[in-house]
Amino acid sequence: MIETVNLTKKYGSFTALNDLNLSISDGTVFGFVGQNGAGKSTTFQILATLMAPTNGTAFVNGVDVTKDPEKVRKVIGYMPDFFGVYDQFKTEEYLDFYGASYGLSAREREEVIPQLLELVNLSNKRDSYVDLLSRGMKQRLCLARSLIHDPKVLILDEPASGLDPRARIEMREILKELKTMGKTIIISSHILPELAEMCDEIGVIDNGKLIATGTVSEIQLKLQQQKVIIVMVTRDMEKTIRFFEDDPDVINVQRGSNGSIQFGYKGSDEDQQMLIKKAVMADIPMLSFKQLETNLEDVFMEITKGVEEG
Amino acid sequence: MKSTLINPVLNKEIRLRFRSSKSYIGIASYLGILGLISLGFIGLTLSYDYMGTFRPEESRSMFLLISMLQLALVIFITPGLTAGVISSERERQTLPILLTTAQSSTAIILSKLISSLSFLLLIVFATAPLYMIVFLYGGISPSNVVASFSLYAFAMLVIGSFGILASTIIRKTILAMVTTYSVAFFMTGGLAIITLMLTTFSYQFYNQGTDYIWPFLFASLNIPIMFFSVFEPSVMMEFQSMSGFGFSPWIIFFSFYSLFIVGCLIIAIRKLRPNMKIKSKS
Repeated sequence: MIETVNLTKKYGSFTALNDLNLSISDGTVFGFVGQNGAGKSTTFQILATLMAPTNGTAFVNGVDVTKDPEKVRKVIGYMPDFFGVYDQFKTEEYLDFYGASYGLSAREREEVIPQLLELVNLSNKRDSYVDLLSRGMKQRLCLARSLIHDPKVLILDEPASGLDPRARIEMREILKELKTMGKTIIISSHILPELAEMCDEIGVIDNGKLIATGTVSEIQLKLQQQKVIIVMVTRDMEKTIRFFEDDPDVINVQRGSNGSIQFGYKGSDEDQQMLIKKAVMADIPMLSFKQLETNLEDVFMEITKGVEEG
Repeated sequence: MKSTLINPVLNKEIRLRFRSSKSYIGIASYLGILGLISLGFIGLTLSYDYMGTFRPEESRSMFLLISMLQLALVIFITPGLTAGVISSERERQTLPILLTTAQSSTAIILSKLISSLSFLLLIVFATAPLYMIVFLYGGISPSNVVASFSLYAFAMLVIGSFGILASTIIRKTILAMVTTYSVAFFMTGGLAIITLMLTTFSYQFYNQGTDYIWPFLFASLNIPIMFFSVFEPSVMMEFQSMSGFGFSPWIIFFSFYSLFIVGCLIIAIRKLRPNMKIKSKS
Protein backbone atom coordinates (compact mmCIF):
# COMPACT_ATOMS: atom_id res chain seq x y z
CA MET A 1 0.00 0.00 0.00
CA ILE A 2 1.11 3.53 -0.75
CA GLU A 3 -0.25 6.50 1.11
CA THR A 4 0.74 10.15 1.11
CA VAL A 5 -0.49 12.47 3.83
CA ASN A 6 -0.39 16.22 3.11
CA LEU A 7 2.82 15.62 1.20
CA THR A 8 4.45 18.96 0.45
CA LYS A 9 7.74 19.83 -1.19
CA LYS A 10 8.98 23.38 -1.54
CA TYR A 11 12.08 24.71 -3.25
CA GLY A 12 12.40 28.19 -1.77
CA SER A 13 9.19 29.98 -2.73
CA PHE A 14 8.28 27.40 -5.40
CA THR A 15 5.88 24.69 -4.30
CA ALA A 16 6.49 21.50 -6.25
CA LEU A 17 4.01 19.44 -4.23
CA ASN A 18 1.10 20.93 -2.39
CA ASP A 19 -0.66 18.85 0.29
CA LEU A 20 -0.80 15.71 -1.81
CA ASN A 21 -3.10 13.08 -0.34
CA LEU A 22 -3.08 9.77 -2.11
CA SER A 23 -4.06 6.26 -1.17
CA ILE A 24 -3.23 3.24 -3.31
CA SER A 25 -4.29 -0.17 -2.07
CA ASP A 26 -2.28 -3.38 -2.36
CA GLY A 27 -2.17 -4.94 -5.81
CA THR A 28 -3.41 -1.78 -7.52
CA VAL A 29 -1.81 -0.38 -10.64
CA PHE A 30 -2.02 3.36 -10.23
CA GLY A 31 -1.37 5.71 -13.13
CA PHE A 32 0.02 9.10 -12.23
CA VAL A 33 -0.75 11.64 -14.90
CA GLY A 34 0.49 15.17 -15.17
CA GLN A 35 2.25 17.63 -17.38
CA ASN A 36 6.02 18.14 -17.16
CA GLY A 37 6.82 19.84 -13.86
CA ALA A 38 3.47 18.90 -12.31
CA GLY A 39 5.15 17.09 -9.40
CA LYS A 40 5.12 13.44 -10.50
CA SER A 41 8.87 12.83 -10.28
CA THR A 42 9.08 14.75 -6.98
CA THR A 43 6.42 12.45 -5.50
CA PHE A 44 8.25 9.39 -6.81
CA GLN A 45 11.59 10.58 -5.45
CA ILE A 46 10.09 11.08 -2.00
CA LEU A 47 8.52 7.62 -2.14
CA ALA A 48 11.91 6.21 -3.20
CA THR A 49 13.60 7.96 -0.21
CA LEU A 50 15.73 10.08 -2.53
CA MET A 51 14.22 13.35 -1.39
CA ALA A 52 12.88 14.59 1.92
CA PRO A 53 9.47 16.27 1.95
CA THR A 54 9.13 19.77 3.35
CA ASN A 55 5.98 18.75 5.13
CA GLY A 56 3.63 15.80 5.41
CA THR A 57 4.76 12.24 4.93
CA ALA A 58 4.33 9.12 2.87
CA PHE A 59 3.90 5.48 3.77
CA VAL A 60 5.05 2.60 1.63
CA ASN A 61 3.80 -0.80 2.71
CA GLY A 62 2.88 0.81 6.04
CA VAL A 63 6.39 2.19 6.64
CA ASP A 64 6.90 5.93 7.02
CA VAL A 65 9.49 7.09 4.46
CA THR A 66 10.65 9.89 6.74
CA LYS A 67 11.11 7.62 9.76
CA ASP A 68 12.44 4.36 8.37
CA PRO A 69 13.81 4.91 4.85
CA GLU A 70 16.09 1.82 5.07
CA LYS A 71 13.05 -0.41 5.50
CA VAL A 72 11.23 1.33 2.64
CA ARG A 73 14.17 0.69 0.27
CA LYS A 74 13.84 -3.05 0.83
CA VAL A 75 10.22 -3.17 -0.32
CA ILE A 76 10.37 -0.85 -3.33
CA GLY A 77 11.68 -1.24 -6.84
CA TYR A 78 12.38 2.19 -8.31
CA MET A 79 12.89 3.08 -11.93
CA PRO A 80 13.69 6.76 -12.50
CA ASP A 81 12.68 8.67 -15.62
CA PHE A 82 16.31 9.24 -16.57
CA PHE A 83 18.96 6.79 -15.52
CA GLY A 84 22.43 5.64 -16.42
CA VAL A 85 23.96 2.20 -16.51
CA TYR A 86 27.43 0.89 -15.79
CA ASP A 87 28.56 0.52 -19.38
CA GLN A 88 31.39 -1.89 -18.70
CA PHE A 89 29.10 -4.45 -17.12
CA LYS A 90 27.53 -7.30 -19.00
CA THR A 91 23.75 -7.61 -18.70
CA GLU A 92 23.96 -10.51 -16.28
CA GLU A 93 26.67 -8.85 -14.20
CA TYR A 94 24.59 -5.70 -13.99
CA LEU A 95 21.69 -7.59 -12.46
CA ASP A 96 24.06 -9.60 -10.28
CA PHE A 97 25.53 -6.42 -8.81
CA TYR A 98 22.13 -5.07 -7.85
CA GLY A 99 21.04 -8.46 -6.55
CA ALA A 100 24.09 -8.50 -4.27
CA SER A 101 23.36 -4.90 -3.26
CA TYR A 102 19.96 -6.04 -2.01
CA GLY A 103 21.59 -8.82 -0.02
CA LEU A 104 20.58 -11.74 -2.25
CA SER A 105 22.85 -14.75 -1.91
CA ALA A 106 24.81 -16.00 -4.93
CA ARG A 107 22.45 -18.97 -5.23
CA GLU A 108 19.36 -16.72 -5.16
CA ARG A 109 20.88 -14.45 -7.79
CA GLU A 110 21.76 -17.34 -10.04
CA GLU A 111 18.14 -18.46 -9.80
CA VAL A 112 16.36 -15.14 -10.24
CA ILE A 113 18.50 -13.46 -12.94
CA PRO A 114 17.57 -15.85 -15.80
CA GLN A 115 13.89 -15.54 -14.79
CA LEU A 116 14.05 -11.75 -14.93
CA LEU A 117 15.91 -11.74 -18.23
CA GLU A 118 13.20 -14.02 -19.57
CA LEU A 119 10.49 -11.69 -18.25
CA VAL A 120 11.97 -8.67 -20.02
CA ASN A 121 12.92 -10.60 -23.16
CA LEU A 122 16.65 -10.15 -22.74
CA SER A 123 17.71 -13.78 -22.28
CA ASN A 124 19.66 -13.70 -25.52
CA LYS A 125 21.54 -10.60 -24.32
CA ARG A 126 22.80 -11.97 -21.00
CA ASP A 127 26.46 -11.81 -22.12
CA SER A 128 26.17 -8.52 -23.99
CA TYR A 129 27.74 -5.39 -22.58
CA VAL A 130 25.09 -3.00 -21.27
CA ASP A 131 26.64 -0.27 -23.37
CA LEU A 132 25.70 -2.11 -26.54
CA LEU A 133 21.99 -2.46 -25.70
CA SER A 134 19.39 -0.28 -27.40
CA ARG A 135 17.43 2.32 -25.44
CA GLY A 136 14.41 0.03 -25.18
CA MET A 137 16.56 -2.86 -23.99
CA LYS A 138 18.19 -0.64 -21.36
CA GLN A 139 14.73 0.41 -20.15
CA ARG A 140 13.70 -3.24 -19.87
CA LEU A 141 16.95 -4.10 -18.13
CA CYS A 142 16.35 -1.29 -15.64
CA LEU A 143 12.87 -2.67 -15.02
CA ALA A 144 14.37 -6.12 -14.42
CA ARG A 145 16.86 -4.49 -12.05
CA SER A 146 14.04 -2.91 -10.08
CA LEU A 147 12.48 -6.38 -9.69
CA ILE A 148 15.64 -8.22 -8.60
CA HIS A 149 14.71 -8.33 -4.89
CA ASP A 150 11.05 -9.15 -5.59
CA PRO A 151 9.70 -5.85 -4.22
CA LYS A 152 6.07 -5.52 -3.21
CA VAL A 153 5.86 -1.99 -4.57
CA LEU A 154 7.09 -0.74 -7.93
CA ILE A 155 7.66 2.96 -8.52
CA LEU A 156 8.07 3.50 -12.25
CA ASP A 157 8.70 7.03 -13.45
CA GLU A 158 7.86 7.27 -17.16
CA PRO A 159 9.13 3.77 -17.99
CA ALA A 160 8.09 4.07 -21.64
CA SER A 161 9.49 7.54 -22.32
CA GLY A 162 11.73 7.85 -25.34
CA LEU A 163 10.84 4.42 -26.68
CA ASP A 164 9.71 3.65 -30.20
CA PRO A 165 6.15 2.26 -30.65
CA ARG A 166 7.33 -1.35 -30.69
CA ALA A 167 9.39 -0.95 -27.54
CA ARG A 168 6.43 0.80 -25.89
CA ILE A 169 4.19 -2.15 -26.64
CA GLU A 170 6.80 -4.55 -25.25
CA MET A 171 7.11 -2.48 -22.08
CA ARG A 172 3.31 -2.36 -21.74
CA GLU A 173 3.09 -6.14 -22.04
CA ILE A 174 5.71 -6.60 -19.30
CA LEU A 175 3.81 -4.24 -17.02
CA LYS A 176 0.59 -6.15 -17.66
CA GLU A 177 2.40 -9.30 -16.60
CA LEU A 178 3.64 -7.60 -13.43
CA LYS A 179 0.06 -6.60 -12.69
CA THR A 180 -0.97 -10.25 -12.80
CA MET A 181 1.84 -10.99 -10.32
CA GLY A 182 0.01 -8.85 -7.77
CA LYS A 183 2.55 -6.06 -7.43
CA THR A 184 1.42 -2.63 -6.28
CA ILE A 185 2.58 -0.37 -9.08
CA ILE A 186 2.62 3.39 -9.30
CA ILE A 187 3.49 4.50 -12.79
CA SER A 188 3.67 7.84 -14.48
CA SER A 189 3.32 8.41 -18.18
CA HIS A 190 2.31 10.92 -20.78
CA ILE A 191 0.81 8.18 -22.91
CA LEU A 192 -2.60 8.35 -21.29
CA PRO A 193 -4.46 5.75 -23.37
CA GLU A 194 -1.72 3.28 -22.40
CA LEU A 195 -2.28 4.07 -18.74
CA ALA A 196 -6.03 3.57 -19.17
CA GLU A 197 -5.40 0.13 -20.56
CA MET A 198 -3.24 -1.13 -17.74
CA CYS A 199 -4.16 0.96 -14.69
CA ASP A 200 -6.88 0.23 -12.15
CA GLU A 201 -6.85 3.82 -10.95
CA ILE A 202 -5.63 7.13 -12.23
CA GLY A 203 -4.50 10.27 -10.41
CA VAL A 204 -4.18 13.57 -12.21
CA ILE A 205 -1.65 16.01 -10.78
CA ASP A 206 -1.26 19.59 -11.82
CA ASN A 207 0.94 22.28 -10.27
CA GLY A 208 1.72 19.98 -7.36
CA LYS A 209 -1.93 19.34 -6.53
CA LEU A 210 -3.89 16.17 -7.03
CA ILE A 211 -6.89 17.40 -8.99
CA ALA A 212 -8.65 14.16 -9.83
CA THR A 213 -8.39 10.58 -8.71
CA GLY A 214 -10.41 7.45 -9.25
CA THR A 215 -10.93 4.64 -11.69
CA VAL A 216 -10.58 5.36 -15.38
CA SER A 217 -14.37 5.36 -15.86
CA GLU A 218 -14.89 7.64 -12.83
CA ILE A 219 -12.50 10.18 -14.24
CA GLN A 220 -14.11 9.96 -17.66
CA LEU A 221 -17.48 10.54 -16.00
CA LYS A 222 -16.18 13.80 -14.61
CA LEU A 223 -15.77 15.08 -18.11
CA GLN A 224 -18.95 13.52 -19.36
CA GLN A 225 -20.93 16.09 -17.37
CA GLN A 226 -20.61 17.91 -20.65
CA LYS A 227 -20.98 15.27 -23.33
CA VAL A 228 -20.44 16.16 -26.94
CA ILE A 229 -23.24 14.94 -29.27
CA ILE A 230 -23.12 14.77 -33.05
CA VAL A 231 -26.42 14.44 -34.94
CA MET A 232 -26.61 13.70 -38.65
CA VAL A 233 -29.72 14.77 -40.57
CA THR A 234 -30.76 14.35 -44.21
CA ARG A 235 -32.76 17.62 -44.45
CA ASP A 236 -34.52 20.30 -42.30
CA MET A 237 -31.24 21.53 -40.83
CA GLU A 238 -32.74 24.80 -39.47
CA LYS A 239 -35.69 23.00 -37.86
CA THR A 240 -33.32 20.49 -36.23
CA ILE A 241 -31.07 23.24 -34.86
CA ARG A 242 -34.07 25.09 -33.39
CA PHE A 243 -35.38 21.84 -31.85
CA PHE A 244 -32.16 21.12 -29.99
CA GLU A 245 -31.63 24.75 -28.99
CA ASP A 246 -35.00 24.63 -27.18
CA ASP A 247 -33.78 21.88 -24.85
CA PRO A 248 -32.46 23.41 -21.54
CA ASP A 249 -29.63 20.81 -21.24
CA VAL A 250 -28.29 21.53 -24.73
CA ILE A 251 -25.52 24.10 -25.08
CA ASN A 252 -23.68 25.65 -27.96
CA VAL A 253 -25.38 24.07 -31.01
CA GLN A 254 -23.14 24.30 -34.07
CA ARG A 255 -23.75 23.44 -37.71
CA GLY A 256 -21.14 21.02 -39.05
CA SER A 257 -20.33 19.87 -42.56
CA ASN A 258 -22.27 17.19 -44.51
CA GLY A 259 -25.50 17.63 -42.59
CA SER A 260 -24.05 17.25 -39.10
CA ILE A 261 -24.94 19.26 -36.00
CA GLN A 262 -22.74 19.27 -32.90
CA PHE A 263 -23.69 20.40 -29.40
CA GLY A 264 -22.77 19.99 -25.76
CA TYR A 265 -25.16 18.15 -23.47
CA LYS A 266 -25.39 18.47 -19.67
CA GLY A 267 -28.31 16.09 -19.05
CA SER A 268 -28.20 12.61 -17.53
CA ASP A 269 -28.41 9.38 -19.52
CA GLU A 270 -32.20 9.29 -18.87
CA ASP A 271 -32.56 12.88 -20.11
CA GLN A 272 -30.58 11.93 -23.19
CA GLN A 273 -32.97 9.01 -23.87
CA MET A 274 -35.92 11.42 -23.58
CA LEU A 275 -34.28 13.88 -25.95
CA ILE A 276 -33.87 11.20 -28.62
CA LYS A 277 -37.48 10.11 -28.12
CA LYS A 278 -38.74 13.71 -28.42
CA ALA A 279 -36.67 14.25 -31.60
CA VAL A 280 -38.20 11.17 -33.21
CA MET A 281 -41.71 12.30 -32.13
CA ALA A 282 -41.02 15.79 -33.59
CA ASP A 283 -40.19 14.13 -36.89
CA ILE A 284 -36.55 15.27 -36.93
CA PRO A 285 -35.00 13.39 -39.87
CA MET A 286 -32.05 11.95 -37.93
CA LEU A 287 -29.69 9.53 -39.59
CA SER A 288 -27.66 9.16 -36.42
CA PHE A 289 -27.36 10.50 -32.85
CA LYS A 290 -23.86 9.88 -31.62
CA GLN A 291 -22.09 10.69 -28.36
CA LEU A 292 -18.46 11.62 -29.04
CA GLU A 293 -16.08 9.19 -27.34
CA THR A 294 -13.78 10.91 -24.89
CA ASN A 295 -10.45 9.33 -24.04
CA LEU A 296 -8.12 10.00 -21.15
CA GLU A 297 -6.20 12.46 -23.24
CA ASP A 298 -9.36 14.62 -23.51
CA VAL A 299 -10.07 14.15 -19.80
CA PHE A 300 -6.57 15.22 -18.88
CA MET A 301 -6.61 18.25 -21.15
CA GLU A 302 -10.04 19.25 -19.87
CA ILE A 303 -9.20 18.87 -16.19
CA THR A 304 -5.83 20.61 -16.34
CA LYS A 305 -7.32 23.40 -18.48
CA GLY A 306 -9.96 23.88 -15.81
CA VAL A 307 -7.33 24.24 -13.09
CA GLU A 308 -5.26 26.68 -15.09
CA GLU A 309 -8.32 28.82 -15.80
CA GLY A 310 -9.42 28.62 -12.19
CA MET B 1 29.77 -13.78 -8.44
CA LYS B 2 32.10 -15.87 -6.34
CA SER B 3 33.12 -13.08 -4.03
CA THR B 4 30.74 -13.36 -1.14
CA LEU B 5 33.03 -11.83 1.47
CA ILE B 6 33.53 -8.60 -0.41
CA ASN B 7 30.97 -5.78 -0.41
CA PRO B 8 29.07 -5.61 -3.76
CA VAL B 9 29.93 -1.95 -4.34
CA LEU B 10 33.62 -2.63 -3.70
CA ASN B 11 33.45 -5.70 -5.90
CA LYS B 12 31.86 -3.67 -8.69
CA GLU B 13 34.35 -0.81 -8.38
CA ILE B 14 37.39 -3.08 -8.49
CA ARG B 15 35.96 -5.17 -11.30
CA LEU B 16 35.11 -2.17 -13.47
CA ARG B 17 38.40 -0.42 -12.73
CA PHE B 18 40.48 -3.38 -13.83
CA ARG B 19 38.31 -4.13 -16.84
CA SER B 20 39.52 -0.94 -18.46
CA SER B 21 42.83 -0.98 -20.34
CA LYS B 22 43.41 2.57 -19.05
CA SER B 23 44.35 1.17 -15.63
CA TYR B 24 47.11 -1.02 -17.04
CA ILE B 25 48.40 1.75 -19.27
CA GLY B 26 48.42 4.05 -16.21
CA ILE B 27 50.48 1.60 -14.14
CA ALA B 28 52.90 0.96 -17.00
CA SER B 29 53.39 4.69 -17.61
CA TYR B 30 53.94 5.35 -13.92
CA LEU B 31 56.56 2.60 -13.65
CA GLY B 32 58.18 3.76 -16.87
CA ILE B 33 58.57 7.34 -15.62
CA LEU B 34 59.91 6.30 -12.22
CA GLY B 35 62.25 3.73 -13.78
CA LEU B 36 63.63 6.28 -16.22
CA ILE B 37 64.27 8.76 -13.40
CA SER B 38 66.06 6.10 -11.30
CA LEU B 39 68.25 4.90 -14.14
CA GLY B 40 68.86 8.50 -15.21
CA PHE B 41 69.98 9.34 -11.67
CA ILE B 42 72.40 6.39 -11.61
CA GLY B 43 73.70 7.22 -15.07
CA LEU B 44 74.22 10.88 -14.16
CA THR B 45 76.00 10.03 -10.90
CA LEU B 46 78.26 7.53 -12.63
CA SER B 47 79.15 10.02 -15.34
CA TYR B 48 80.33 12.54 -12.72
CA ASP B 49 82.25 9.98 -10.68
CA TYR B 50 85.85 9.68 -11.87
CA MET B 51 86.07 6.13 -10.51
CA GLY B 52 82.75 5.15 -12.08
CA THR B 53 81.28 3.80 -8.80
CA PHE B 54 77.87 4.21 -7.21
CA ARG B 55 78.38 4.66 -3.47
CA PRO B 56 75.94 3.91 -0.59
CA GLU B 57 75.46 7.63 0.19
CA GLU B 58 74.52 8.19 -3.44
CA SER B 59 72.16 5.26 -3.22
CA ARG B 60 70.58 6.95 -0.19
CA SER B 61 70.17 10.20 -2.16
CA MET B 62 68.55 8.25 -4.95
CA PHE B 63 66.17 6.61 -2.50
CA LEU B 64 65.21 10.03 -1.12
CA LEU B 65 64.69 11.36 -4.63
CA ILE B 66 62.50 8.43 -5.67
CA SER B 67 60.56 8.52 -2.39
CA MET B 68 59.85 12.25 -2.52
CA LEU B 69 58.94 11.98 -6.19
CA GLN B 70 56.62 9.10 -5.44
CA LEU B 71 55.03 11.10 -2.61
CA ALA B 72 54.47 13.99 -5.02
CA LEU B 73 52.84 11.59 -7.49
CA VAL B 74 50.63 10.11 -4.76
CA ILE B 75 49.53 13.61 -3.75
CA PHE B 76 48.88 14.41 -7.39
CA ILE B 77 47.03 11.22 -8.35
CA THR B 78 44.85 10.70 -5.24
CA PRO B 79 42.48 13.66 -5.91
CA GLY B 80 42.01 12.47 -9.49
CA LEU B 81 41.04 9.00 -8.34
CA THR B 82 38.79 9.94 -5.45
CA ALA B 83 37.19 13.33 -6.17
CA GLY B 84 34.92 11.94 -8.86
CA VAL B 85 33.71 8.69 -7.35
CA ILE B 86 30.32 9.96 -6.15
CA SER B 87 29.83 13.02 -8.36
CA SER B 88 30.56 11.04 -11.52
CA GLU B 89 27.88 8.51 -10.51
CA ARG B 90 25.56 11.47 -10.04
CA GLU B 91 26.48 12.85 -13.46
CA ARG B 92 26.04 9.47 -15.14
CA GLN B 93 22.64 9.17 -13.37
CA THR B 94 23.56 5.88 -11.72
CA LEU B 95 23.59 7.29 -8.19
CA PRO B 96 19.80 7.48 -7.55
CA ILE B 97 19.47 3.78 -8.37
CA LEU B 98 22.42 2.87 -6.15
CA LEU B 99 20.93 4.92 -3.31
CA THR B 100 17.63 3.06 -3.46
CA THR B 101 19.37 -0.28 -2.87
CA ALA B 102 19.77 -1.79 0.57
CA GLN B 103 23.43 -0.74 0.71
CA SER B 104 24.14 1.56 3.64
CA SER B 105 25.73 4.96 3.04
CA THR B 106 28.73 3.81 5.09
CA ALA B 107 29.22 0.75 2.86
CA ILE B 108 28.98 2.85 -0.31
CA ILE B 109 31.42 5.54 0.85
CA LEU B 110 33.97 3.14 2.34
CA SER B 111 33.81 0.83 -0.68
CA LYS B 112 34.41 3.74 -3.02
CA LEU B 113 37.36 4.94 -0.92
CA ILE B 114 38.91 1.49 -0.56
CA SER B 115 38.58 0.67 -4.26
CA SER B 116 40.19 3.97 -5.31
CA LEU B 117 43.00 3.62 -2.81
CA SER B 118 43.52 -0.04 -3.67
CA PHE B 119 44.31 0.97 -7.21
CA LEU B 120 46.73 3.62 -5.98
CA LEU B 121 48.32 1.17 -3.56
CA LEU B 122 48.77 -1.25 -6.42
CA ILE B 123 50.59 1.44 -8.40
CA VAL B 124 52.81 2.28 -5.44
CA PHE B 125 53.57 -1.35 -4.58
CA ALA B 126 54.29 -2.03 -8.24
CA THR B 127 57.29 0.28 -7.83
CA ALA B 128 58.79 -1.98 -5.12
CA PRO B 129 61.23 -3.63 -7.57
CA LEU B 130 62.69 -0.18 -8.25
CA TYR B 131 63.56 0.09 -4.59
CA MET B 132 65.55 -3.10 -4.92
CA ILE B 133 68.09 -1.14 -6.95
CA VAL B 134 68.71 0.93 -3.80
CA PHE B 135 69.22 -2.20 -1.69
CA LEU B 136 71.71 -3.37 -4.27
CA TYR B 137 73.96 -0.42 -3.49
CA GLY B 138 73.10 -0.11 0.23
CA GLY B 139 72.66 3.02 2.38
CA ILE B 140 68.98 2.40 3.24
CA SER B 141 67.43 0.10 5.82
CA PRO B 142 64.30 -1.97 5.11
CA SER B 143 62.55 -0.08 7.93
CA ASN B 144 62.98 3.13 5.90
CA VAL B 145 61.20 1.50 2.98
CA VAL B 146 58.39 0.20 5.22
CA ALA B 147 58.01 3.65 6.82
CA SER B 148 57.85 5.38 3.44
CA PHE B 149 55.23 2.95 2.09
CA SER B 150 53.17 3.33 5.27
CA LEU B 151 53.27 7.08 4.91
CA TYR B 152 52.19 6.85 1.29
CA ALA B 153 49.17 4.84 2.40
CA PHE B 154 48.37 7.34 5.13
CA ALA B 155 48.75 10.31 2.75
CA MET B 156 46.39 8.58 0.31
CA LEU B 157 43.88 8.07 3.07
CA VAL B 158 44.05 11.73 4.14
CA ILE B 159 43.67 13.19 0.65
CA GLY B 160 41.32 10.39 -0.49
CA SER B 161 38.93 11.01 2.41
CA PHE B 162 38.72 14.66 1.52
CA GLY B 163 38.29 13.73 -2.16
CA ILE B 164 35.33 11.50 -1.30
CA LEU B 165 33.82 14.26 0.85
CA ALA B 166 34.20 16.83 -1.95
CA SER B 167 32.73 14.36 -4.42
CA THR B 168 29.72 13.80 -2.16
CA ILE B 169 28.86 17.39 -1.36
CA ILE B 170 29.85 19.03 -4.66
CA ARG B 171 27.61 18.00 -7.54
CA LYS B 172 30.06 18.59 -10.41
CA THR B 173 33.11 16.34 -10.70
CA ILE B 174 35.28 19.09 -12.11
CA LEU B 175 34.55 21.37 -9.13
CA ALA B 176 35.09 18.52 -6.67
CA MET B 177 38.47 17.82 -8.29
CA VAL B 178 39.54 21.46 -8.24
CA THR B 179 38.57 21.70 -4.56
CA THR B 180 40.41 18.50 -3.65
CA TYR B 181 43.53 19.51 -5.56
CA SER B 182 43.46 22.92 -3.85
CA VAL B 183 43.23 21.34 -0.39
CA ALA B 184 45.89 18.73 -1.23
CA PHE B 185 48.29 21.38 -2.50
CA PHE B 186 47.61 23.56 0.54
CA MET B 187 48.31 20.61 2.87
CA THR B 188 51.62 20.01 1.14
CA GLY B 189 53.01 23.10 -0.57
CA GLY B 190 50.90 25.67 1.30
CA LEU B 191 51.76 24.45 4.77
CA ALA B 192 55.43 24.11 3.77
CA ILE B 193 55.52 27.76 2.64
CA ILE B 194 53.81 28.89 5.87
CA THR B 195 56.33 26.86 7.88
CA LEU B 196 59.19 28.44 5.95
CA MET B 197 57.82 31.96 6.45
CA LEU B 198 57.31 31.39 10.16
CA THR B 199 60.84 30.00 10.48
CA THR B 200 62.28 33.38 9.44
CA PHE B 201 60.76 34.88 12.59
CA SER B 202 61.84 32.02 14.79
CA TYR B 203 65.44 33.14 15.22
CA GLN B 204 64.31 36.41 16.84
CA PHE B 205 62.43 34.41 19.45
CA TYR B 206 65.32 32.00 19.73
CA ASN B 207 67.74 34.87 20.44
CA GLN B 208 65.37 36.24 23.09
CA GLY B 209 65.22 32.80 24.64
CA THR B 210 61.43 32.54 24.08
CA ASP B 211 59.72 29.38 22.81
CA TYR B 212 58.23 29.67 19.35
CA ILE B 213 55.82 26.84 18.63
CA TRP B 214 54.25 27.74 15.25
CA PRO B 215 56.87 26.47 12.78
CA PHE B 216 56.94 23.19 14.68
CA LEU B 217 53.13 22.90 14.64
CA PHE B 218 52.81 23.67 10.93
CA ALA B 219 55.73 21.40 10.05
CA SER B 220 54.10 18.61 12.07
CA LEU B 221 51.02 18.93 9.87
CA ASN B 222 52.93 18.99 6.62
CA ILE B 223 53.02 15.62 4.89
CA PRO B 224 56.22 16.15 2.81
CA ILE B 225 58.20 17.63 5.74
CA MET B 226 57.16 14.77 8.01
CA PHE B 227 57.95 12.29 5.25
CA PHE B 228 61.39 13.82 4.81
CA SER B 229 62.00 13.75 8.56
CA VAL B 230 61.77 9.94 8.50
CA PHE B 231 65.12 9.94 6.69
CA GLU B 232 66.50 13.26 8.00
CA PRO B 233 65.15 13.65 11.59
CA SER B 234 67.39 16.66 12.23
CA VAL B 235 64.89 18.99 10.49
CA MET B 236 62.06 18.30 12.89
CA MET B 237 64.44 18.17 15.87
CA GLU B 238 65.47 21.73 15.07
CA PHE B 239 61.83 22.91 14.98
CA GLN B 240 61.10 21.01 18.16
CA SER B 241 63.99 22.56 20.05
CA MET B 242 62.75 26.05 19.03
CA SER B 243 59.25 25.26 20.19
CA GLY B 244 60.19 23.94 23.59
CA PHE B 245 57.52 21.32 22.97
CA GLY B 246 58.11 17.85 24.36
CA PHE B 247 55.59 16.02 22.19
CA SER B 248 56.71 13.91 19.28
CA PRO B 249 55.60 15.63 16.04
CA TRP B 250 54.25 12.24 14.92
CA ILE B 251 51.62 12.40 17.69
CA ILE B 252 50.42 15.76 16.33
CA PHE B 253 50.59 14.47 12.73
CA PHE B 254 48.69 11.24 13.27
CA SER B 255 46.15 12.70 15.76
CA PHE B 256 45.24 15.62 13.50
CA TYR B 257 44.99 13.64 10.29
CA SER B 258 43.19 10.70 11.91
CA LEU B 259 40.53 13.15 13.11
CA PHE B 260 40.53 14.73 9.66
CA ILE B 261 39.97 11.38 7.95
CA VAL B 262 37.20 10.35 10.36
CA GLY B 263 35.54 13.78 10.09
CA CYS B 264 35.59 13.77 6.28
CA LEU B 265 34.18 10.26 6.09
CA ILE B 266 31.44 10.89 8.66
CA ILE B 267 30.27 14.03 6.82
CA ALA B 268 30.39 12.21 3.46
CA ILE B 269 28.34 9.31 4.85
CA ARG B 270 25.76 11.70 6.31
CA LYS B 271 25.51 13.78 3.15
CA LEU B 272 25.29 10.93 0.67
CA ARG B 273 21.57 10.40 1.17
CA PRO B 274 19.05 13.10 2.06
CA ASN B 275 18.06 13.44 5.66
CA MET B 276 14.47 12.24 5.38
CA LYS B 277 13.48 13.82 8.69
CA ILE B 278 11.21 16.81 8.18
CA LYS B 279 12.99 19.93 9.38
CA SER B 280 10.11 22.36 9.67
CA LYS B 281 6.39 22.07 10.09
CA SER B 282 4.49 24.87 8.48
